[in-house]
Amino acid sequence: MAQLGVAGVVATAAPLVHAVGAEDAPAADVPRAEEVPGAVPVTLRVNGIEQRLMLEPRVTLLDALRENLQMFGTKKGCDHGQCGACTVHVNGRRVNSCLSFAVMHQMDEITTIEGLEKDGVLHPVQQGFLDHDGFQCGYCTPGQIMSGAALMKEPIGPSDDEVRAAMSGNICRCGAYSNIVAAVQQARGWPSGRPRSAPSKAG
Amino acid sequence: MQAFQFTQAKTVEVALEPGGRFVAGGTTLVDLMKLNVETPRSLVDINLLPLDKVEAAPDGGLKVGALVRNSDLANHADVKARYAVLSEALLSGASPQLRNMATTGGNLLQRTRCYYFRDTVYACNKRRPGSGCSALDGFNRIHAVLGGSADCVATHASDMAVAMMALEATVHTKGAKGEREIALDEFYLVPGTTPDKENVLEPGELITYVTLPKLAAGTKSHYLKLRDRAQYEFALASAAVVADVSGGHVRRVRIALGGVGTKPWRSKEAEAALEGKAADERSFRRAADAAMADAKPLRDNGFKIELAKRALVRALTVTTQEA
Repeated sequence: MAQLGVAGVVATAAPLVHAVGAEDAPAADVPRAEEVPGAVPVTLRVNGIEQRLMLEPRVTLLDALRENLQMFGTKKGCDHGQCGACTVHVNGRRVNSCLSFAVMHQMDEITTIEGLEKDGVLHPVQQGFLDHDGFQCGYCTPGQIMSGAALMKEPIGPSDDEVRAAMSGNICRCGAYSNIVAAVQQARGWPSGRPRSAPSKAG
Repeated sequence: MQAFQFTQAKTVEVALEPGGRFVAGGTTLVDLMKLNVETPRSLVDINLLPLDKVEAAPDGGLKVGALVRNSDLANHADVKARYAVLSEALLSGASPQLRNMATTGGNLLQRTRCYYFRDTVYACNKRRPGSGCSALDGFNRIHAVLGGSADCVATHASDMAVAMMALEATVHTKGAKGEREIALDEFYLVPGTTPDKENVLEPGELITYVTLPKLAAGTKSHYLKLRDRAQYEFALASAAVVADVSGGHVRRVRIALGGVGTKPWRSKEAEAALEGKAADERSFRRAADAAMADAKPLRDNGFKIELAKRALVRALTVTTQEA
């Protein structure tokens, strides 16, 4: 966490006070800019709740979620956009939160694994992971599920191979891949084990 | 990561005020900042600029805003229908998450995946001019066989740019000296003795659009990428083909190769060898030989020469056999 520096540590204390939501967070609780050298005011809208923070511009969206908002569902794997553990939705599209600065998301709707269930009902992809045992150690799981949830709205074909390709940005070191494909296919309403589609020209 | 000043630009004019490094998708720059390979003192967020549209160009081609995300461009109806090579190249690059972030302008400017460039422990002329090249005598399986110099053999990593090379795209820029149009073929530089200079952009010059020319009716195109795994990996060799074939003969063809050159590698030699010839395997193989005639293997990457030839032969075969 070296990149958070002094400002990140200072900023971490504040959100604990008002992590329940912006309406409970009077502006006075937010540290003033001069208290945190280099920090700037950042308002993030996470799972429908507005969160006001003071962050250095170099704080990534991933670090802001985990270290400043204490939302530990989103995981830090490689921290370089290679593993997908940090996948969240920004305005409904999946992205690697480790490769984006929080300050660049002031107007965006951010959805994390904590915001995926609705009214106590799991998202179909979450249910699919439970039904098909789509994990072992579970570390990559939030990112896998956020990817699976996002691909419902993406133009990909019906086959297992197409799901594998669409899930290729999420690495699972335990190797739960076949169950992950089954989980995503269940959520899409497709039975898993569909025959391979015609070989893609794209190779 | 080193601290930096951050500003957000809502107009191109504000973005062009001197001093800042542009950031859009961040997929290359943020990654390299974490590695201390890139250490900008000031970043200008350009995501709010009105450059996120794909529009029809006056000449019947396509005008692509610099901020159009790779996933949006790949799935755009006009791109899929008329520029298949570009859609296929984009979808073969990176992961779905990264494609949702990465932009058209940023993709053109993405940096090499050379391990020695990405690791500040090693000498690298591209990262620190004059420090030497660790790849020449190091592990160089992923490195270039075309366009290298005694100072640098790093490959250009983009798939999109290879397709755009074959499509003869034009880069539109805006800078302190005004607007420019640069043929993509003249946009990239081979490393020579200055591998830190990768393209002809001036400091502070912003890519605003990329335009694709209208293709002749009946033109087919295809991108074939060969790599160490089926998805989410950089090319060892790739081929982009844009071909107009009639009566079993190649009337016009544009060919570019990826994964083998120090820049996205347009092969006019292969084009010249193929135009006017029969669209058959023998001609394709001759074109592939012409494309790789000047290839210079390093210790670990000699396999790329034959791999690239086969990639091109197959890409030509697939492109020309379509009804």
